[in-house]
Amino acid sequence: MDGIHDLGGMHGFGAVVVERDERVFHAAWEGRVFALVGLALAGGLANVDAFRHAIERLSPVEYLTAGYYGRWLAALERLVAERGALPRTAPRSARRDATGSPRFAAGDAVIARNVHPAGHTRLPRYVRGRRGVVARVHPVWVFPDTNAHDRGEHPQHVYAVRFAATELWGDDADRAASVHVDLFESYLEPVP
Amino acid sequence: MAHDHDDDDRAHRAEALESLLTEKGLVAPGAVDAIIRRYEQDVGPMNGAKVVARAWTDPAYRRRLLADGAAAIAELGFGGPQGEHVVVVENTPAVHNVVVCTLCSCYPWPVLGLPPSWYKDPAYRSRVVREPRGVLAEMGLPLDAHVEIRVWDSSAEVRYMVLPERPAGTDGLDADALAALVTRDAMIGVARAKAP
Repeated sequence: MDGIHDLGGMHGFGAVVVERDERVFHAAWEGRVFALVGLALAGGLANVDAFRHAIERLSPVEYLTAGYYGRWLAALERLVAERGALPRTAPRSARRDATGSPRFAAGDAVIARNVHPAGHTRLPRYVRGRRGVVARVHPVWVFPDTNAHDRGEHPQHVYAVRFAATELWGDDADRAASVHVDLFESYLEPVP
Repeated sequence: MAHDHDDDDRAHRAEALESLLTEKGLVAPGAVDAIIRRYEQDVGPMNGAKVVARAWTDPAYRRRLLADGAAAIAELGFGGPQGEHVVVVENTPAVHNVVVCTLCSCYPWPVLGLPPSWYKDPAYRSRVVREPRGVLAEMGLPLDAHVEIRVWDSSAEVRYMVLPERPAGTDGLDADALAALVTRDAMIGVARAKAP
């Protein structure tokens, strides 16, 4: 979904604020929420893609004001309310063995599809429609766009695709910078 | 203070969830405390620092680390959630790597622990992909214009860790002394390793 979570390239958030000597958890509840999410997912309440999508479905205002563990808390509450806290899925890693050859090889020119699914996706807005080059061929994982919605695993290769900063941000961008984005095979087309 | 009311409210909500999940059998007694202890005490950037120090002192290990990050990290006894597939990218005088997750806050927990707030906040996530050189300079790492910057957006299940450059003047140091120079920020790529 084209949500507030998809932050890459947005303007207006100001300086990066670094907290010195930061504690792992700022309050006891943060640690408890962190642990509860891990246990609930390991116990089969939801897969990690459904959990990430539950965070994305928070309102933009809540997303920006709740803080990181506040988002986790709200997302876990939502999943429990929707699913009744009963294990639905057998807990399992999202990695799968490759069953076919990767469609792309390192060095291939690719274009990220210009699609705007309303559900979960791991295709960031800022690369859609942009041309890049495959830098690394990663192993196979289940496809978040379907797995988050219980529409099947559709396991596929993932590729680290290198996009020149000028391709993403225009001619004024840093000529000596690039962004590598890990993209599922379904997100990519060969450059014709 | 409003902050305290918010914290009280969240503490109550977390408590309610914990009771419910315990009742449903998803949370065993003591499991929450054990996880908190693990991430407060045992998992953190001191683990990644040992990996980096080993790579600086053992060329064969460095090659294994760059070829298969998770396997080389496991040799030192580190692994677990968010460390199943780690790619280590190496900084050199000509190429600087920096890691982000623009969509959420993916991070290699077994070697770096849980991420700092700035890594999870919108400012870093929105800006470092668009203006990495400016963000790095603001954070105290000015890079010459000719140094190539590679930003790694961990948008799938691969987790990235930066192997920083070994600082000058460290020839006589052993692995423990070297590990003390390796900071969390150096392994994210927003700082260099400390000078001795």
